[in-house]
Amino acid sequence: MNNLTVKASYVLAGSVLIAMLALLIINALTSERISQSQQQFKSQSLMEVLPAGPFDYSPLEKSHFIESKALSPNSPVEVFPVYKDGLPLAAALTLIAPDGYNGSIKILLGVSVDGTIIASRVLDHNETPGLGDDIELRKSTWINSFSSTSLETLPDSQWNIKKEGGQFDGFTGATITPRAVVKAIHRALVWYESNSKQVFIQT
Amino acid sequence: MNTNNVNPASDTYRLWSGGLWIDNPALVKLLGLCPLLAVSNNVINGLGLGIATLLTLVIANALTSITRPLLMTSIRIPIYVLIIATTVTIIELLMEAWLPGLHASLGIFLPLIVTNCLIIGRAEAFASRNTLPSSLTDAFAMGIGFLWVLLVLGGLREIIGQGTLLDQADLLFGDRATAWTVHLFNPDSGMLLALLPPGAFITLGLLLAAKNVIDNAYQQKADKT
Repeated sequence: MNNLTVKASYVLAGSVLIAMLALLIINALTSERISQSQQQFKSQSLMEVLPAGPFDYSPLEKSHFIESKALSPNSPVEVFPVYKDGLPLAAALTLIAPDGYNGSIKILLGVSVDGTIIASRVLDHNETPGLGDDIELRKSTWINSFSSTSLETLPDSQWNIKKEGGQFDGFTGATITPRAVVKAIHRALVWYESNSKQVFIQT
Repeated sequence: MNTNNVNPASDTYRLWSGGLWIDNPALVKLLGLCPLLAVSNNVINGLGLGIATLLTLVIANALTSITRPLLMTSIRIPIYVLIIATTVTIIELLMEAWLPGLHASLGIFLPLIVTNCLIIGRAEAFASRNTLPSSLTDAFAMGIGFLWVLLVLGGLREIIGQGTLLDQADLLFGDRATAWTVHLFNPDSGMLLALLPPGAFITLGLLLAAKNVIDNAYQQKADKT
């Protein structure tokens, strides 16, 4: 080993150490703020799909994960039950619609304990801008058409887009996106009807 | 381009005109096109990525220039990569903490700045051979050259595609900026193509053509006189 190689290794090792140190410091400075803003984003979305409070606990406090093919085909999803005076009041469920036009669509669905939808929001998607992204509230009020529907007000056959004999509007030029959302919400309601005990586990 | 032993005073003008126009990274060197094309679907995304790239470029050029005495040919590339990756990670963490909306909207293209060949290219071709002041000038000139093309591209695509300007300004400037959005015409009559990836290529192609037309006209005028 010649001198140059040794010197090069020292310089490289020293640079890596300095970089690591810098990243550690920045990470320590930002991690709290990052998790705070993520929490804030979460609770803001939750407030939009849950009834007005106050609840016994904050929705984030009692959240837990559920593994169910009906809610999400691959990974467990988080659910947020809320209680009032010790009784279940409503819950927010995270759903994944796996069959969007460009991959999965992440939905937050608020349902009252009797199975009526309070509101729903699309949290994350990769649908085509200008065609499929009308599922976002920012672009269109379409997502509000689910509010106050339930399995009782709409028979199973109506949970589809109008083009296919259902109740919900489709978008011009985009069939797959709204259908994926309608189907995912319907699957979740059917699951919730018989499995709401799994959501409201008092801990 | 001869960048050895520049005299900072007389070359500042050359560095700026090079970065902004003659050697523009996006319009002439065609460097870093992946993020350029992918996130230029509106002005705010373009501005966000442009500023992040500019910051990375300035810090990377400065660090490379300062550490010149330590740089050995055999390890210079790993050192550049280390400097750039660290800088980008720091910027990403800071943005996630203070501008979470913009961070979400830039998505994967923020960490991808690491792979933007513009930055490693300037470190290798310029900062590793020049003094700190001229490396900083070079970084600002190149970064702003990249930024203005991103802005123009984003602006054109946003206007043509959805008929607005400064949509989602709140992601970068906070809630008070929601009112800044300019609605030029009904979004339903926008040309969707402009927002989709092909629109990015077509718009950039038109910009390149426009630059060449301007350069040619300028050249002809210079030839006549």
